[in-house]
Amino acid sequence: MGAEKIQIVEGRALPLRGEDIDTDRIMPARFLKSITFEGLDTHVFEDDRLEAKRAGRVHPFDEMKYQSASILLANRNFGAGSSREHAPQGLRRWGIRAIVAESFAEIFFGNSLMIGLPCVTASAKDVEILMSIVEGHPEAVLALDLKARTCQVNGTTVRVSIPDHVRDTLMTGAWDTTGLLLDNYDQVNAVAARLPYLAGF
Amino acid sequence: MGNTLLQKVWDLHKVRTLPTGQTQLFIGLHLVHEVTTPQAFDALRERGWRVARPDRTFGTVDHIVPTRQRQRPFLDVMAEDMIASLERNARDFGIPLYDIGDERQGIVHVIGPELGLTQPGMTIACGDSHTSTHGAFGAVAFGIGTSQVRDVLASQCLAIEPLKVRRIRVVGELPHGVYAKDVILTIIQRLGVGGGNGYAYEYAGDAIARMSMDERMTICNMSIEGGARVGYVNPDETTFKYMEGRPFAPQGDAFARAKTWWQSIASDADAVYDDEVEIRAAELTPVVTWGVNPGQSIGIEGKVPTPIGAEQQSVSDALGYMGLKAGQAIAGLKVDVAFIGSCTNGRLSDLREAARIVRGQHVAKGVKALVVPGSVAVQKAAEREGLDVTFRDAGFEWRDAGCSMCLGMNPDKLEGNQVCAASSNRNFKGRQGSPTGRTLLMSPAMVAAAAITGVVSDVRELLHAAPAGVR
Repeated sequence: MGAEKIQIVEGRALPLRGEDIDTDRIMPARFLKSITFEGLDTHVFEDDRLEAKRAGRVHPFDEMKYQSASILLANRNFGAGSSREHAPQGLRRWGIRAIVAESFAEIFFGNSLMIGLPCVTASAKDVEILMSIVEGHPEAVLALDLKARTCQVNGTTVRVSIPDHVRDTLMTGAWDTTGLLLDNYDQVNAVAARLPYLAGF
Repeated sequence: MGNTLLQKVWDLHKVRTLPTGQTQLFIGLHLVHEVTTPQAFDALRERGWRVARPDRTFGTVDHIVPTRQRQRPFLDVMAEDMIASLERNARDFGIPLYDIGDERQGIVHVIGPELGLTQPGMTIACGDSHTSTHGAFGAVAFGIGTSQVRDVLASQCLAIEPLKVRRIRVVGELPHGVYAKDVILTIIQRLGVGGGNGYAYEYAGDAIARMSMDERMTICNMSIEGGARVGYVNPDETTFKYMEGRPFAPQGDAFARAKTWWQSIASDADAVYDDEVEIRAAELTPVVTWGVNPGQSIGIEGKVPTPIGAEQQSVSDALGYMGLKAGQAIAGLKVDVAFIGSCTNGRLSDLREAARIVRGQHVAKGVKALVVPGSVAVQKAAEREGLDVTFRDAGFEWRDAGCSMCLGMNPDKLEGNQVCAASSNRNFKGRQGSPTGRTLLMSPAMVAAAAITGVVSDVRELLHAAPAGVR
């Protein structure tokens, strides 16, 4: 496959606190009306950002100090809800190249993998350590190493988790799966032929 | 040691283990709709691929379509472009499309079962997280993203990780006025919105066994709201009876042979589960959500929680968004909008149950109430029974089939910080199309009760007054 091989992601980080952040918040449904993914970067967390503005706060995605961030730090069950790929597509187009969270919703995790956006997990304690460092030192550069399963920043190293096959998929550039699924298509036809609802009851 | 339905269906559809360690799984039925497919078809065009199994791919339009003023072109240019795009893709790639004006059009998760496309023992995929609905038939059904839609179009396969199975047994009698919606909201509340990550939920127990297919679909539909991508019920006589005579179901002698096979794919009595949970039906009450995810719910007699402990921040944030005070009773909360419909609760039995409540009553002053049938077939069947008249006489709007106010992609949206009693599946911030809109999830009968009284109400009190109907 011709996809990019991803082993190390280096860059500034953006801490986004909160549990169960759903994909409706990441990308509100009205931005799913286009027939392409172009321009989704400008609508990431649009309504949350407006809500923060109205409350006199600045949403992390609007903070000047995080504008060049490429690693998103999040808490539990990030990406819950809708299967819209527009959510990881928007984050990636905004500039996010990896996400470190306590946990991810399953469909979001899979969608991210499909577009080469690594999602790794870390303990709640370690996510807090990373967030605190970045909030104090937004200029700090994180180094996420999929092979070593570590995330380093300012001399602190935390362990991250990623299933073996996901890591291998990203590191070998095999995350663009269609070609793989089309290999040995005789095997696929053989499976179809043994299914009673296709072969005839 | 026996196997679960999930294991049997998985083994039967497994093509091979990919070099990545994932399973290559053959998909028996691929359902497509307008929103999550345009980029996938574009990818096929770019690479010069065809749709591998156009005979196993079926399309309809539901998310973006208006539920009134459906003449073409649509007033909304983006909606028109999106529908036109699916029409072009269906034509170019040879896929049947149940378009606006077709009697088979409707919400993808309503029409699949209705047409008999959804069958026990199948693997099913669709670019929509509520694809778990089809598990009600003993199918293994996955909600997928657009890149995976591309994979399934091109290869009729998915690269996917195996799932664990949690059996959730619902035992005992459900009290009067407590519905399938209340059961699944309770399950999500107890196990958490992320509790099902990595699991398929198998719903079992005598309360599930007594449920109709419509009720089982409501339960399986919201599996994803508990984090479980897949939810299913083992097929039984209720399933087979539903299947009989459906357009795409096996006919005649083949039906009898199909039934034998369908029975064989159910979980074995001695199957081993990765986890088991029991829910006592008799303890349940009508449920209402108070927060911004489907796990944030309480019984109708309950009070909104106080932000303390580990959940302090999320509870406090949710209460602020919803405009609620800690400790306030949920009953009596004023509603502005009442929405009956969606893939969760937009089927005929849902409309019948809601109609029981509203018959001879009138929507409270200042409440906008609408009923949106899940499909043209549901709409026509309801109209044959006169349910449209019942609803209209009571002051409800009677609309055409679509996702409507569930998700804010079509003209049906909340405005400002309106409070909506909704029979749909998500109360996320902004979900119903207004960035500050507030959603209270509940059963369709509870929505009907809220529409009539103008406030969140205990449907059990209204049912005492209502004549007995279809349950």
